[in-house]
Order: sequence, then C-alpha cells, then structure tokens
Amino acid sequence: MTPGTASRIGWASVTPALLWTLAFFALPFLAMAIVSVYPKGGAGFSLANYGQFFTNPSYWRAMTNSIEVTAIVTVISVLLAYPFAWILAFVVPRRWQRLALMLAVLPFWTSYVVRSYAWLLVLAEKGVINTSLLELGAITEPLQLANTRTATVIGFVHFFVMLLTLTIYANLKQLSPNYRKAAADLGATPLQSFAHVILPLTLPGIMVGAFLTFVLAIGDYITPQILGGNNELLMPQLIMMQIGRRGDFSSASALSIILMVVVTLAYFACARWLRIERA
Amino acid sequence: MTLHSLACRLAGASIAALTAFGLAGQASAADLNALVWCDHADPNLLKPFEDANGIKVNVKEFEGTGAGLAIIEQSQPGDWDVMVIDSIDVPRGVERGLFEPLPEDQLPMADLFPEVKMDASTVVDGKRYGITEKFGYNTIGFNKSKADPQDMQSLAVLTGDKYKGRIAIYDYYLPVIGMAAMAIGKKTTELTEADLPAIKEVLTKMKANAKAVTDVVASQTALATGEVDVLVGGGEWVTAGIAKENPDLDFSIPKEGAVLWSQSLAMFKDSKNKDMALKFIQYIMSPEGQARLATSSCYWGMPASSKAALNDEQKAILRFAEQPEFLKRAQPYPAPSEDLDKKMQDLWTEMIQAQ
Repeated sequence: MTPGTASRIGWASVTPALLWTLAFFALPFLAMAIVSVYPKGGAGFSLANYGQFFTNPSYWRAMTNSIEVTAIVTVISVLLAYPFAWILAFVVPRRWQRLALMLAVLPFWTSYVVRSYAWLLVLAEKGVINTSLLELGAITEPLQLANTRTATVIGFVHFFVMLLTLTIYANLKQLSPNYRKAAADLGATPLQSFAHVILPLTLPGIMVGAFLTFVLAIGDYITPQILGGNNELLMPQLIMMQIGRRGDFSSASALSIILMVVVTLAYFACARWLRIERA
Repeated sequence: MTLHSLACRLAGASIAALTAFGLAGQASAADLNALVWCDHADPNLLKPFEDANGIKVNVKEFEGTGAGLAIIEQSQPGDWDVMVIDSIDVPRGVERGLFEPLPEDQLPMADLFPEVKMDASTVVDGKRYGITEKFGYNTIGFNKSKADPQDMQSLAVLTGDKYKGRIAIYDYYLPVIGMAAMAIGKKTTELTEADLPAIKEVLTKMKANAKAVTDVVASQTALATGEVDVLVGGGEWVTAGIAKENPDLDFSIPKEGAVLWSQSLAMFKDSKNKDMALKFIQYIMSPEGQARLATSSCYWGMPASSKAALNDEQKAILRFAEQPEFLKRAQPYPAPSEDLDKKMQDLWTEMIQAQ
C-alpha cells in the first residue's frame, strides 16, 4: 500500500467521526458561544451574561453547590465501587461473575426519571426508611431525607457506583495475578501488596470512572431537581431556569460555557490518567 | 447577517433538522399539529375531535412560554397549527408575528366568564389573537385534615411559624411573587422594581418555612403523600384531579386574594390547516370540549366557558358555584417588562439559594 493510499484510507475512516463532531459539537458550541455574548433584550455584543455569574452571589453559589455535590458523589462512589469491583473480580467464583455483573448493572435498566421518583418515595416522610426506623423505635420523628442534598447524593451514588464498578472491574481483571504473587514472594503483606502494587496499577481505571462520574453528575438536571427539592440550585437547574419562561438562551449559553470550562479543568486535572496510550 | 443571527441560524438549522427527522414519521399534511400543555394530550379530550373529523392531532407538550417559543423558532413555518399559551404571553407571540387573528363571530365569546377574557393580553391592536380556554388560581392548596382551613384564609399564614416545615412552594416565580405582593398589599399589575425588596422579605420568610420548592408533579406528590400539608401557589390544578383519592385536599382563596392563571389557545399565522385549526379551537371551546379539558388527566382547572358540560360532582370539586366570589378577589399574573422579569427571576434564584 502506498503512503498516499494509506492516507486516503485514514481520512476516509476518520471523516464520519469528524463530521459528527463538527455537526453535533463544534458548530453547536460555536453557536452557543456567539449567542452567549448577545444578551437577551440587549443592544449588541456584551459580556454581561458572564459578568452576572461573577457578580450575582446566587449564580456563583450554584457553581459551588454543583462542585460540592459532584465531589461528594465522586468520592463516595469510588469508595463504594472499589471494594464491590474487587469482590466481583477476585472473590466471586468465575462462573457467577457474569450473573453478578448483570445484577450490578440492573439499575441501568430502569428509566432515570422513574428511578429518581422511586428514591423520592423511599426517602419520603412516610417512605420505607422512615417507616422502618419509626417501627423499630430508632427514631421518634421522621427524618427529613427527601428534598435535601443528601437525597440528591444518594440518587447519584446509586447510579454512579454501578458505572464505577464496571470501569474498576475491567481494570482489575486486566491485572495479572502474578503481581500479587510477586509482591507476596518479596514479603509484602496483603495490605502492602494492595497499597503499593494493586492500587497504583488500577488508578487509571479509578480516574476514568471518577472523571465520567464528575462529568455526568455536574451536568445532570433530573436528580437534583427531583430529589433535592429545589432547596438549593445546581448549575443545570440554574441554566434551565433561564429558558423555562423567559427563553433567555443567551444567559443559559453563557452559564453552560462556564460549566464546560469547569469540566475542562477537571479533565486537565485527570489528564495524566485519562490519556489514551498509543502502541 | 450579524454574528448573532448566524449563530441562531446555525443552532436553529441543527435542531430543525432533528425536529423534522423526529416528526417525519408521524405527521402528514392532513394532521393537526398542536403545541400544547400536558392537559391537551389527554386522549379523552382529543379522540372525540379526531373521530368526528377523521384527523390525527399530533401534540407536542412543553412547559413555559420560553420553551414553547424556542420550539417554534427551531421549527419551519407551517409546522404548527395551534398553540396553548399563558394568556399574559399572547402578546409575545403576536410581537413575533406568529399568530393569526381569531374570528370572534365564530367563537362562543359570550359564554366566557367575563373576568377571564383577558382582553388586555388576548386582544392586540383591536384583533383577538387568543381565546382563554381554562383558568384557575395560584393560591393556597392544603390538606384540611392536617391544616386548619381557617388559617388558610390569610396569606399571613405562609410567613408565620405555625406550619414551618410543612409547606412547599410551587416553583414558578411569577405567581408566587404575585402572592407575596398581595401579602403586603400590592397589586400584581402595578409592581415595580421598587417593590422587590419588600417582596424578597416575604419570599425569604416563606422559604424559611418551606420543606421544598416543587414543580408541578412534585407539588402534587408532596401534597398527596403527606410530605407537606400546605402548598404555596397551589390551587384546584393540584387538588381537583386527585380529589376522589384524597378528599381532604382543598384550596382557599385568602382574604388578600389569589393569582388568576389562565391559558389561551392561539392559531398560527403560517398554519397550513387553518380551517381545521379553527375547528379544533371551536371544539375545545364547546361545552363538551370545555368539560373534557377542565377534567383532563394531567391537571384539572376551571373551564373558561360558563356553559361547560360538567356534571354536578365535577362542578363541586372545581367549586364552580363559588367562582363569581373567587374571581372578585383574584388578581392577574404579574406581567413584568423584560427588565423587571429578569430581576424577578433573579429574586427567585436568591430565594431558592437562601439557607
């Protein structure tokens, strides 16, 4: 094959992906960027929509709320998913692993909205948790669980633990058992073997899952809207609010771009682990 | 072409292509395409019209005028035939050149409750562009087995301590700001920027008492499940539809008044099916159509026509006989200027973020 032919085949292979990215990311992003600097009802070009984010405390608060919730969700999800993935990979007998994995992804089969409303009923004042605790005598008054940040975190964690489990499980399964054997031969305790050998080797899987969790959670509207009870606004809710009645796409675009900047920064923070290795 | 219009066209072209792709499988020239609120998607409402006219009504639901206008901007002229819109927002559609004047002589204008004709909004430059089809109140919805109905006769109860933690606030800034304004003796139609600090004070007190700020579905769920006992901004639209299952749910019109919501039907100027669009509007405004719309499975509301063919039980649930008295105390939605609207929305944002 001549270099020219190889080049043409290469371009032909990547062209659909490039066109897709151009049509569904680059052009819409460009449109959004331009719309964001022409405020609704304004005379022309202005950075007012960006300015309001930094000058209006309730807008700024939405971003800090989003980052706090997303960080909490990511950390809890990793802490729960890692041992779960470990058990799936190394403790569950091989013949049961397929079933266990299927059970792990079972929550994905339910509609995201339905799942959130289901959690609302579980966490409600007369929901399963409060009723059980009251009947057991553990509490005398129902706990305020629904319509709180805690409810939002629970809804998110339920979803993302599964996602993280899959990414970490895939990473763990790729590890040769010889690493653990070699560490043991060299006198490492199981804990030392995990801390100094297994964990560093599975860090890329953790970071990929954590990054996906961060990106998906920080841009999610449904879970905080249904479970959070609107007692605080996160960025996606603030963005939707601009559109609902007023149709202020300019302000919504500016806030969306600011959110994208945060996600980009998160990417750079994780880039060391997210890069695709080339052969 | 300015950069801004180029951007709008870029975004519009992308979304229009997707919208057209999505509609291609279901729409045909003989269909009626309706941009509606969820109450119009009830088969019990649409089927009699479809059967009588041998036509399919394709509905697309939306919430909020802004979202509706965005769908229109992303569509091709002629894609839509009729639209449901907040009565106060009819002029926004007229300004954009979207609507066709309606022939008053072919509509049952005389049957409408006079207070809900909303001519200040639905008539522009002497031409009628919208006809009110349904109305109700953003007021106090409550569970009368948990909350004292006497307490619900004043808006002051929403800022007092008695129901702290047992209140939800309907998440729509215009009607609740209207209620806050009435609580301090302001008229909803005369609000200015100078009134906002006092309104903020009322909203902040309401928020301190509230367990949640809820959308339509969550509002109904919160009241129905007993999560809260009082809903600020609630009314028959929350309680009537589930009255049979929850007969304790009710609403009051406090002494200070309530905010009157009303929805209108409008016909698109570029409709390719104007005769059928008018027939649809006439059907919705007929006594049978009004009764079915008023008792739609999505939410109930008062029919705009006093001739609606509701049975006695339905009339009792909607408190039909009390409407003249309710309407005397009702005030219209605030209809702020663009600038004041933005400030009101920001005020709402501050209220939600307040801890």
